[in-house]
Amino acid sequence: MAKSIDVSDLNIYYGDFLAVEDVTIDIPARSVTAFIGPSGCGKSTFLRSLNRMHEVIPNARVEGKVLIDGQDLYGDEMDPVNVRRTIGMVFQRPNPFPTMSIYDNVIAGQKLNSKRMKKADSDAIVERSLRRAGLWAEVKDRLNRPGSSLSGGQQQRLCIARAISVEPEVLLMDEPCSALDPISTSAIEDLIHELKSEYTIVIVTHNMQQAARVSDDTAFFNLSGVGKPGRLVETGRTEKIFSNPEDPATEAYIQGRFG
Amino acid sequence: MSTVVTPEPGTRPETSLADQLRGRSLPAGAARVVVGVALATAVLAYVVGASPVQAVLLAWVVTLALPVWSYAVEGRRKAVDRLVTVLVSSAFVLALFPLASILWTVISKGAPVLSAEFFTYSMRNVVGEGGGIYHALIGTLLITGAATVISVPIGLLTAIYLVEYGAGGRMARWIRFLVDVMTGIPSIVAGLFAYALFVLFFGEGVRMGIGGSVALSVLMVPVVVRSCEEMLKLVPNELREASYALGVPKWRTITKVVLPTSLAGIVTGITLAIARVIGETAPLLIIAGMTDSVNFNLFDGRMATLPVFAYTSIRNPGVPPEFALERAWGAALVLLIIVMLLNLAARLVSYFFSPKGER
Repeated sequence: MAKSIDVSDLNIYYGDFLAVEDVTIDIPARSVTAFIGPSGCGKSTFLRSLNRMHEVIPNARVEGKVLIDGQDLYGDEMDPVNVRRTIGMVFQRPNPFPTMSIYDNVIAGQKLNSKRMKKADSDAIVERSLRRAGLWAEVKDRLNRPGSSLSGGQQQRLCIARAISVEPEVLLMDEPCSALDPISTSAIEDLIHELKSEYTIVIVTHNMQQAARVSDDTAFFNLSGVGKPGRLVETGRTEKIFSNPEDPATEAYIQGRFG
Repeated sequence: MSTVVTPEPGTRPETSLADQLRGRSLPAGAARVVVGVALATAVLAYVVGASPVQAVLLAWVVTLALPVWSYAVEGRRKAVDRLVTVLVSSAFVLALFPLASILWTVISKGAPVLSAEFFTYSMRNVVGEGGGIYHALIGTLLITGAATVISVPIGLLTAIYLVEYGAGGRMARWIRFLVDVMTGIPSIVAGLFAYALFVLFFGEGVRMGIGGSVALSVLMVPVVVRSCEEMLKLVPNELREASYALGVPKWRTITKVVLPTSLAGIVTGITLAIARVIGETAPLLIIAGMTDSVNFNLFDGRMATLPVFAYTSIRNPGVPPEFALERAWGAALVLLIIVMLLNLAARLVSYFFSPKGER
């Protein structure tokens, strides 16, 4: 479990528009990598290209290589559906399925793929996933209530439980706390610490303190200019990026002088 | 006062803050008093000898006293508010008149005819009194049912293509345009189309229930497409992405996430489409024809339907005419009841199938 991701010379397009240019980065296994940078610089776009969610948008495409454990995700023989089963994703806004109960939401990955399983097995998966997402104690007595009956923070942890119930290798998180209050945020950050031992986690965040708190490595993205594509400015250990960055733009952003 | 206080630059208004914030208003029951006076005037005028129309018009003029009174007491802004409220309410009441009139006429003329015999007898060998609409009821249910069976898959799948696959492409734009054109097809043209189609296979003079279903589905498909399309568009994209991110293929995402989420709206849309075509007369007159006997076979021979039954009963009432006329009103009432039941069923379905937690 838990694989490293090596990206080389990745260009991401929406139609003819080059959104992210020439990204080369190694994301180590069993660690948390944070993407920071101003809005519109392509962090989320890049994150979505890591599990081929990018292609869901019409006319979106990529050039370059994304290797997970040496396998090229964009190779001809790769199936995007299988890629997404291996690389899970948590979104900015909690999005539990409104037609399903809490239980069904957790097991949705199996259920939507019509995987047949014994009740005991699915019970076990639900309990394990909810425990790992730190939600079990709060919902164990109301698993049949609708997922949308939970609070925002609980819904987001439900979405994390749903994402890890399919046993992915990598977990991508696109600003998972931006719609949450500080207490839910801290619950999710604790959860990220826990999950780090089993998963490779990549998180996009606008919150610099959060990046400093949760991540081992940090990558700073920036626009090269108005209307120009976003690019990766600098990447390295989080302590180094935050204390002694190489690029002046990184330093300016981290100290809050722009962005 | 509600007039806007515009102080000279650099000066403060003389009035205190409390005066600025306060506004004078009519007593609480003012609107009700005016409406009451208007109704009383109408009754009085009617008793004195005015015609009903004159009485209602008089009452309406009296309600206009409310904005005038308001202007005198409350000022311009609230007076305009009251005036518009009166106008909108009058428009609402005006729109209710035709509805109430139709309901009253159909129920008062149709209700006395309804009886066990009316629902269980056909018109076979009936002259004058007696007989019923059993054959037309069966025909309407079968033909509309078959039309639904034809239209819903075509319409729903088209909507799925437009929203999930076509999404802004040239093909989708053309389909949407053609669907809009189809919405405007006169029902008689749909009937002629179905007739021409069936003549190709069965020769001149063909009459078949299923032909009626085909004609009705020509009218029904565009309605189903547009309403289902709107409903599918309402499903948040985040849910689709959540499903894709779990490694669920697109078709499963559509069948297991998108459709269940929008099911309530889709069912309502389909019901409205059925209600739209169940009262069609012209196409059925051409292709399904009319008969006095019960026919359960959609694929063989003429089939009576409620609207055509009502039409022919009025058109050729026979001698003496009053019994056929009564039956026509009865058929109209039954048609109305079916549509109401359909709407009720759609409400129930959308209540029970709408996403949990949002009820």
